[in-house]
Amino acid sequence: MSKAKFGVVVFPGSNCDHDAYNTLKHILNQDTEFLWHKDSSIGNRNVIIVPGGFSYGDYLRCGAIARFSPIMKDVVRHASNGGVVIGICNGFQILCESGLLPGALLRNASLKFVCKNVTLNIVNKNTIFTSAYNGNGMVKPGKMVVPVAHGDGNYICDEDTLKSLNDNGQVVFRYEHNPNGAIDNIAGIINKTGNVLGMMPHPERASEEIVGSGDGRYLFESVINSVN
Amino acid sequence: MYSAKIKVTLRKSILDPQGKAVEHSIQSLGFNNILDTRIGKYIELKIDTKSDEEARLVTDEVCRKLLANQVMEDYEFEVVSVNG
Repeated sequence: MSKAKFGVVVFPGSNCDHDAYNTLKHILNQDTEFLWHKDSSIGNRNVIIVPGGFSYGDYLRCGAIARFSPIMKDVVRHASNGGVVIGICNGFQILCESGLLPGALLRNASLKFVCKNVTLNIVNKNTIFTSAYNGNGMVKPGKMVVPVAHGDGNYICDEDTLKSLNDNGQVVFRYEHNPNGAIDNIAGIINKTGNVLGMMPHPERASEEIVGSGDGRYLFESVINSVN
Repeated sequence: MYSAKIKVTLRKSILDPQGKAVEHSIQSLGFNNILDTRIGKYIELKIDTKSDEEARLVTDEVCRKLLANQVMEDYEFEVVSVNG
């Protein structure tokens, strides 16, 4: 049994919390619990998933209200101490708003909500989130097929930030075909210390072949391997 | 009591696709002299203080901490004294 203890944060309006829970608990047989947004502590959880959805109705800006919820204070503390945090879709937006990741997510350049499978290039395989991607069992070897489902996934940051993201290997995933206008085709990034990941696509919704792709599963397997 | 009227807009350097789409609609109505359409948010709030300076400071802090994300947005505001 791995030492990973997953905590999936639940905000009012989260809608991928159960997908994440299902992948971790029932597919990967991991110790997994939900964390309510009003809780002020993550307890004994050591890997935190900030899931997709529309937290607080996306009022004001996506993720802007969620970042001030009680649980996020402890998530930020956990991340600052080197703890593992994964923000998916709305979770990515929340991590940017929280200052755990640089940049922000704008309205899609097309102004349309995009919901489809995309192919990602795994740009950095030397992260705790991608080490298990060795090409075996994947839909397209060396690439990752996962769904996106968002209206605000157009990643933006200033030029200096972009340069430092590239120089430090912080860009982890790039879209093969950009669905939202994101700068430099960026689909997912990590922080400088490599323990916080944010990505717009949904690995938790692509963790069983029966749903079209199991490629997302290896992301969580990488994390499980990294927690000892 | 003060009232703050706050405008939050995408930074000038950032393409505003919503503004562009609306601009195309305006132009298709025949208004060919309409340019540079940008869409933002308007926020009003009241501040319980007697000090003009404090009203400004508080509004500025609220804008920085929550109302605007300065990675992508600019804000401007005015404060006016109002009755209770």
